Amino acid sequence: MSELLNNESGSAIWLTLQLAIVTSAVLLLVATPLAWWLARTTSRWRGVIIALVTLPLVLPPTVLGFYILISLGPDGWIGNVTTALGLGLLSFSFTGLVLGSVIFSLPFAVYPILYAFETLGSRPLEVAATLRAKPLDAFFSVALPLAKPGLLTAAVLTFAHTVGEFGVVLMIGGDIPGETRVVATQIFGHVEAMEYEAAHRLAALMVAFSFVMLIALTRLRRRAGGALP
Amino acid sequence: MTTNVTKPISLSLALIRQGFTLSINIEAPSRGVTVLFGPSGSGKTTVLRCIAGLERASGRVSIGDEIWQDDQREIFVPTWERELGYVFQEASLFDHLDVRNNLEYGLKRLRLQRESARTALDDAIELLGISALLDRSTANLSGGERQRVAIARALVTRPKILLLDEPLASLDIARRKEILPWLERLHRELQIPVIYVTHSLDELTRLADHAVMLDRGCVSASGSLQAICTNPAMASAAGDEAGVVIESRITGVDPEFHLAEVAFGDCPLWVRDAGLTTDATIRLRILARDVSLATSAQSHSTIQNVIPGVIESITNDAHASQALVAVRCAKEVLLSRVTHRALATLKLGEGSPVWCQVKSAALID
Repeated sequence: MSELLNNESGSAIWLTLQLAIVTSAVLLLVATPLAWWLARTTSRWRGVIIALVTLPLVLPPTVLGFYILISLGPDGWIGNVTTALGLGLLSFSFTGLVLGSVIFSLPFAVYPILYAFETLGSRPLEVAATLRAKPLDAFFSVALPLAKPGLLTAAVLTFAHTVGEFGVVLMIGGDIPGETRVVATQIFGHVEAMEYEAAHRLAALMVAFSFVMLIALTRLRRRAGGALP
Repeated sequence: MTTNVTKPISLSLALIRQGFTLSINIEAPSRGVTVLFGPSGSGKTTVLRCIAGLERASGRVSIGDEIWQDDQREIFVPTWERELGYVFQEASLFDHLDVRNNLEYGLKRLRLQRESARTALDDAIELLGISALLDRSTANLSGGERQRVAIARALVTRPKILLLDEPLASLDIARRKEILPWLERLHRELQIPVIYVTHSLDELTRLADHAVMLDRGCVSASGSLQAICTNPAMASAAGDEAGVVIESRITGVDPEFHLAEVAFGDCPLWVRDAGLTTDATIRLRILARDVSLATSAQSHSTIQNVIPGVIESITNDAHASQALVAVRCAKEVLLSRVTHRALATLKLGEGSPVWCQVKSAALID
């Protein structure tokens, strides 16, 4: 490993994995209640929220990264909040990267879960209610287990998507080694410096990784009883 | 008379929705099976869902001493606090749990003592005959088995009332035949009231003690099964299947001709011997088209079941040529479908004594 990948690459890989894991975990916590609300609400705001959730899918990552960077900065509203809370500024930090990744991958987490909840319909919850389960109890004991394929897909997709992100990370993180330099920006750095061999090694690693992830996803979904993506 | 008279089930519900209006007042006895009967779109399922609190209409719902909804007093008990069992049209088992865990789902939420929880579970398993299925996954059950598990799952919670929403509608004929005996067993053995929604006349005649007929969101007839069957609205809606249901006992058997004798007022009625023992309680279905009327007891006929009675009422049938005649024979009433011309020729009218010739009486098995 140490022969193939130098210390720089190692730390970029490690940081990428950390970022992907934290982002996926945060997103499952955020996207599940959001998808639940979207699946069951009759509010007229539903359309607006869906559009907001979908926005990161269609915007260029640099545009998204740019606005997040501005908001995180000393004059941005998030920046003001974090400064007031004594957290300092989050731009060019790992926490900032996580925040950016969460927003960037939001649709990848919300859509599979939303689809799973919508397919579920209201019947299982009605059954649970007639069997004395309160709504929150029914959510955890019936809705979540039945939506497992959707949750798995969401986790794997966010993980893979975060590993592969570039534009947002570059904008918010600024490519600081050990702090915000991930594999994708590292590859870019190698190419800029004409280190094609080093770029090749990392790029090949990414291709292999993505391929394995997608196979794992199919396997997991099949075992969880869900339809194939 | 017992001192603690149980209050009946009382429903008063009103609902206006696009293209559908529901407005009903129903009183049902606190024991036995009440069938909500009517064509699709008549509001049967909506009524059942309102009883369960799954939908909300304005009005009042009370089951015995418990008030589940009373808009005047701003009472609306949420579904999960209503002690009811509900069986949906499709079995709706939880696919992420095996049969045993499906059965225990409600039980775990009751916080019963270990002993009584165990009895509740065992009773339901025994009543529906599903002990062999306990460790199976729900995916490997047949439609009939799924529905039996769903009924048992509802009963495990020891509900005060059991609500069944067309439990046979999603099954094919073979599966229906497989599950009907279990439903009849419920009918015989359950101590709690059951409200059963169906549009099948067959299920009505097999299972009902009491029936409420719904049509476009209103009650068009209600009463005991016998009363409902002789109701003109019901009889003409049932068409060819119009007839009465008689509950009686086997009083004897004729082994030579393979016939069983059924007590019917003062006269015995002979039906096919289906291997029943004397004193067994049975239900007989006698269709209006199988009963003809005569002014004398003809003895030169192949029709052996001839019962004297008095015409109680004559109503017009769906077709202008025909009439439905209700004939009182001792305590029972028979329906006969005849032509108006026959009535005129024989000069029959209300109060006329007649002989009912019963061509066939089907045992409901």
